[in-house]
Amino acid sequence: MRLIVPLQGVVQGRGGLFVGSLIPCCLFYFLQLYLKRRRSPPPPDSDSTELPRTSSRSSLFTRGNSIGRVRVSSRAAPLAKPPDSPYYIGLDRVKTDPYHRVTNRDGIIQLGLAESTLCFDLLQRWMSENLMESLMMQSDVDGGFDVSSIAMYQPFEGLLEVRVAFADFMSRIMGGNVSFDPSNMVITAGGTPAVEVLAFCLADHGNAFLIPSPYYPGFDRDIKFRTGVELIPVHCRSSDNFTVTVSALEQALSQARKRGSKVSGILFSNPSNPVGNILSRETLHAILSFAQEKNIHVISDEIFAGSVYGDKEFVSMAEVAASGDFDKSRVHIIYGLSKDLSLPGFRTGVIYSFHEDVVSAAKKLMRFCSMPVPVQRILISLLSDTRFIEEYMAAHRQRIRDKHFLFVEGLKQLGIPCAESGGGLYCWVDMSSLLTSYSEKGELELFEKLLSVAKINATPGTACYCIEPGWFRCCFTALADEDIPVIMERIKLLAESSTS
Amino acid sequence: MGLPLMINNDDNNNNKVELSRVAVSDTHGEDSPYFAGWKAYDENPYDESHNPSGVIQMGLAENQVSFDLLESYLEKKNPEGSLWESKGSCGFRENALFQDYHGLKTFRQAMASFMEKIRGGKARFDPDRIVLTAGATAANELLTFILANPNDALLVPTPYYPGFDRDLRWRTGVRIVPIHCDSSNHFQITPEALETAYETARDANIRVRGVLITNPSNPLGATVQKKALEDLLDFCVRKNIHLVSDEIYSGSVFHASEFTSVAEIVENIDDVSVKERVHIVYSLSKDLGLPGFRVGTIYSYNDNVVRTARRMSSFTLVSSQTQHMLASMLSDEEFTEKYIRINRERLRRRYETIVEGLKKEGVECLKGNAGLFCWMNLGFLLNTNTKEGELELWDVILKELKLNISPGSSCHCSEFGWFRVCFANMSEKTLKIALKRIHEFMDRRRKVLNC
Repeated sequence: MRLIVPLQGVVQGRGGLFVGSLIPCCLFYFLQLYLKRRRSPPPPDSDSTELPRTSSRSSLFTRGNSIGRVRVSSRAAPLAKPPDSPYYIGLDRVKTDPYHRVTNRDGIIQLGLAESTLCFDLLQRWMSENLMESLMMQSDVDGGFDVSSIAMYQPFEGLLEVRVAFADFMSRIMGGNVSFDPSNMVITAGGTPAVEVLAFCLADHGNAFLIPSPYYPGFDRDIKFRTGVELIPVHCRSSDNFTVTVSALEQALSQARKRGSKVSGILFSNPSNPVGNILSRETLHAILSFAQEKNIHVISDEIFAGSVYGDKEFVSMAEVAASGDFDKSRVHIIYGLSKDLSLPGFRTGVIYSFHEDVVSAAKKLMRFCSMPVPVQRILISLLSDTRFIEEYMAAHRQRIRDKHFLFVEGLKQLGIPCAESGGGLYCWVDMSSLLTSYSEKGELELFEKLLSVAKINATPGTACYCIEPGWFRCCFTALADEDIPVIMERIKLLAESSTS
Repeated sequence: MGLPLMINNDDNNNNKVELSRVAVSDTHGEDSPYFAGWKAYDENPYDESHNPSGVIQMGLAENQVSFDLLESYLEKKNPEGSLWESKGSCGFRENALFQDYHGLKTFRQAMASFMEKIRGGKARFDPDRIVLTAGATAANELLTFILANPNDALLVPTPYYPGFDRDLRWRTGVRIVPIHCDSSNHFQITPEALETAYETARDANIRVRGVLITNPSNPLGATVQKKALEDLLDFCVRKNIHLVSDEIYSGSVFHASEFTSVAEIVENIDDVSVKERVHIVYSLSKDLGLPGFRVGTIYSYNDNVVRTARRMSSFTLVSSQTQHMLASMLSDEEFTEKYIRINRERLRRRYETIVEGLKKEGVECLKGNAGLFCWMNLGFLLNTNTKEGELELWDVILKELKLNISPGSSCHCSEFGWFRVCFANMSEKTLKIALKRIHEFMDRRRKVLNC
């Protein structure tokens, strides 16, 4: 403003000599200021997270002219911003107004978190009967409680007993035709670090994994954040019930190569998330053949392996790999108890690899994310209680099946179909009939309407990189039966208000 | 130091699937010579009754001196496991499902209160600035990811904990530039040494992002003087870099008055642009003797770092079960006051036992006042005043005395002949046996020298 006015004055002949010298002085002053700011401090990397300067009071410490606010690394910068994926936005919105069937009937119903509470009664009973014993191990010397059994440093990859317990448990729930060697296993504090550690071991910064989409939105964070490994979606279609095909993998790989991307492996979940389908033995075989031919890794995230409720049999990639036709060393499995045993808070993850160097490297990386010893003790006890585990897993599967039926039926009656699924804690719902426009924009509008009008949080396909608009993942295993009609009623009202 | 080794994937078989640089790098350090000590211990571990001539582990900084206090607390306050069980089905449900990276509020409050107690109330800790990680190892790595980019550097005073080479560099790609300290002033950090380290980095075109210190120091077993901390903070302000203070041994200072936490210095500063470069790492592994629980924290005065660290902690969360188990114990004022006081006292006595025992043999240690180890000077025993000479001596101590101790070269000490000797991970009886072995060795040596 100050520049423009005098300039105008000069141009229009007013102001004369005074303004004539004022302007160059102003310009000179602003130029100096600009140059000074440019000079200090000079970060080569941008940091979009710098907070505005506040006025400083006197301090004991010297401050030079060029001291600004101290910066974080550029790789930390994306984390400082609020999440922009609808997956996280939805989860956060529920927290502001969570549904409760007694105290907050108008709240937002959470269908966005794949968690099961269906068998808590059984777990609670087991814990109350066994927790003490599993933790308070006794000293050989005086029979009193020996805290060293849970307090001291133990191998970061997990006690042998806990790996044995997991190996046995995984074999049981995956059909019994596959056995796991505890020495190929490392135990971590959750599925999240399990996936990240594998990514660190199998791919360099800038490399990529192919990943059939739609895929679990959390992988973006788990894989990309710190490793710098890219995820290249391999689009699957409803016509195949969203099952990945070799031709789609071929196409994705050759496109990646044309772009100069180095693909290190394929990552997929089985049972798949968010669709919930179980990959057939043939499909697994085909994926592994493809990986073998291209000399890349295969990571099979089997975290829902015990949550199978359909008629299709679950087959682990470990079983296919061991069938003898393949170089097993490229196969790696991820597991954990957050889904099958409803213990996400405990932080339990498993990396299982047939590659001894991967196991060796992963073991060393466990110091950054190992499972605490007391939790290991509890799990040794829990997982080796085969009678309880059998009872629990049977109830878990049955209850998911029942809930699935109720939920899918309810949607069916509204004319809303679901993809065929046989595993997981969710269903993959085709809400395209409710879209105002068959597009990503239409889908996100529906997502927002579901949240704010129907007060339901369901994860839109866009967040999962689904190429067909209108699909939503709805998790139903934390619902009581009486919640389901409430949900259906709300969707019905939304559908009616959209058409009217 | 430096970047990980080049990949050597193609040994014989060109069809072998490739691994990442991180996977094949040796930055984990487990191939270094002094790991042979650990191996020797694993193969022949000392046991009071079953293997009295085995290798005594004096290379592991673990605190077992106060286990009895933990045990009696847990037994007394925990009839039928009630302390650890959730109260009713509602409690269990929350526990099993809780995976919020904010961490349980009650647990964070308990940690804040415990950290305040250790510092005698000389600094306050805000529970909302506490970020939980699965151990201090994870905390240090996480902070490095947040504060520095690949090929940037952190300045670390030598001698330092050997694990930093792995924890700060392996996955992060960040470098360590040493701040050389020496015995002329008891290895204290000087402003000159700081400047030299900074210049060294600058001359190599390496961007320095921060200074990371351990206070009390590992391996020195001594606290950093208040003046040195003030100078350090001043330096960090002038260079506009971060200051990370790993205070994992803060509860193991023999006399509470001798410890100044960086938190106390920051407490009196209003200027946000000064405060927000300071971050503290803490853990329950050393002071409370609970390394198996995997409980670490980052305490940051920087809102951005707190927010970012919290989100990144998804990769290293503390189990809800652990938080639940420890929340009541750490907020039990009577217990924590008693524990901290008695633990300090026992560590002091252990330290005196070993230092006096060594003195009798003509072996001097650095004057220490904290930690689970002493910094012993065997320079006079070296055949040559070199790294090789030191490793030769270390090998003799391992093979002949069957004591696994940590050589100063593994801690990047610029002087040779120093060794870190841990004394808190064994019974008093075992410690006396270790001293006896040293006595016998020195005796033999004296006899050899005298003829």
